[in-house]
Amino acid sequence: MKVGFYPGCSMKGGAREYQESVSALAKVFDIELVEIPDWNCCGATAAHNLSKELSLSLPARIMALAEKEGIVDIVVPCAACYNRLSITRHELAEDKSLSAKVSSIIDIKYEGSTNILNIIQFIDKYITDKLEEKVVKPFNYNTACYYGCLLVRPHSILKFDRVEDPQSMDVLVKKAGGTAIDWAFKTECCGAGMSVSRTDTVARLSGNIMKDAADRAAEVVVVACPMCHSNLDMRRPEINKFLNEKIDIPVLYISQVLGLAVGLDAKTLGLNRHMTEVNLPQKPVKEDVVPEAAKKIVNSQKLEA
Amino acid sequence: MSTSQEHNHPLSLSGEIRMDTGVIINKCYQCGKCSAGCPVATEMDYPPSLVMRMLQTDNPDHLDKLLKSMSIWLCVSCEMCVTRCPMEIDIPTLMDYMRQKSIKAKKTNPQASKIISFHKSFLDSINYTGRLYEMGLIVDYKMRTGAMMQDVGVAPKMFAKGKLSPIPEIIRGRKKIAAIFNRIKNNNKEGIQ
Repeated sequence: MKVGFYPGCSMKGGAREYQESVSALAKVFDIELVEIPDWNCCGATAAHNLSKELSLSLPARIMALAEKEGIVDIVVPCAACYNRLSITRHELAEDKSLSAKVSSIIDIKYEGSTNILNIIQFIDKYITDKLEEKVVKPFNYNTACYYGCLLVRPHSILKFDRVEDPQSMDVLVKKAGGTAIDWAFKTECCGAGMSVSRTDTVARLSGNIMKDAADRAAEVVVVACPMCHSNLDMRRPEINKFLNEKIDIPVLYISQVLGLAVGLDAKTLGLNRHMTEVNLPQKPVKEDVVPEAAKKIVNSQKLEA
Repeated sequence: MSTSQEHNHPLSLSGEIRMDTGVIINKCYQCGKCSAGCPVATEMDYPPSLVMRMLQTDNPDHLDKLLKSMSIWLCVSCEMCVTRCPMEIDIPTLMDYMRQKSIKAKKTNPQASKIISFHKSFLDSINYTGRLYEMGLIVDYKMRTGAMMQDVGVAPKMFAKGKLSPIPEIIRGRKKIAAIFNRIKNNNKEGIQ
């Protein structure tokens, strides 16, 4: 099965492990991800802050290139890219003259025939049905699912999940054998693109998020956005300084959590690339959440013991 | 999209904003939910609900204060305000509009220079290579702001983890990307929004 793939810039650099884990996970479920040829940056926050035309043209070129390849579904794992592509798609569908103008700026005909999927929508469409039967190593941890801003907002355009208390990632974590904890910072902002230009702001916002996760005994935080990841993971020294305590909870991508559950190893999933070390304790598997495939393994281990 | 110049009589500020962005600021009845939910309101000189009120007054002094404010640059575009607004007023779009207006009027707050430099370095990277080159972005940003020592401690660890590439990814169509930047620049010279 072939699905269009837009990695975005961060997955080629600071978030390499996100691409590695998404690709590895897709492989397990026999999905071929076809990278859009010669794709460009979506423009991110910089473009929509400084130029409306640029913020529409850059994503439009990406989608127009995909259309030329006959791609319909494009999976966009970065929540920020997903947001920009979805908003552009929406605005150009609403305004035909704007769409024609953008087509002339990018010098490629933009039709608007692609379908933009975030990582969770992609998993739900192509993987979820087959997930539970493939789980061999249940992800048996207290997990705080952090959705952030751009995956769920603005709801009027994205129409994805519940806006204040989203559940889609929680459901996936449960299917992977984990416990999705109830917490208050699911959709609070991490500070986004201010990481370099206002590091103090990021330390405060991301600090509050990590503090709530720690207070509620989360053992791991799960994200679906490279920007959220870099703020919660790479900015941990600044976060700990702001909180005046040491929080060492690791931050994983949802693709890494599912990858671990279906038996992929830590290195394939790029867990070694995180700045906050991932040292998940080995835990006995709870009987009631163990799928059949895993039970056999557990039982044989018990026999050996 | 039409602009205020097409009309014979001068538009009020709220009329101009509605024409250019579709945002109807007069819908705001000052409930304050945007400011309550805004993650950066505590750092702002004017929180979002006050920005709305100041624009509603149609007072040029208030507009001037906003164009020179930090608020418009501190907004992180998290979309929390519009999500919780009972009138669904698109404040993030309004903030983008105000930022662009502030740059055009050359009224940007000096304290926002780091934020603006970061955005400009980001766009330069796309203009030259078609993609964001993280190393290039950081070096360009440091040159612009003089913050040479910032984050030097974290770079070696990122290198070791394979998170920083010494070589930029340059796309085949990079000239086409540069052409997009040029067309937009020329369009704006002719006064098209």
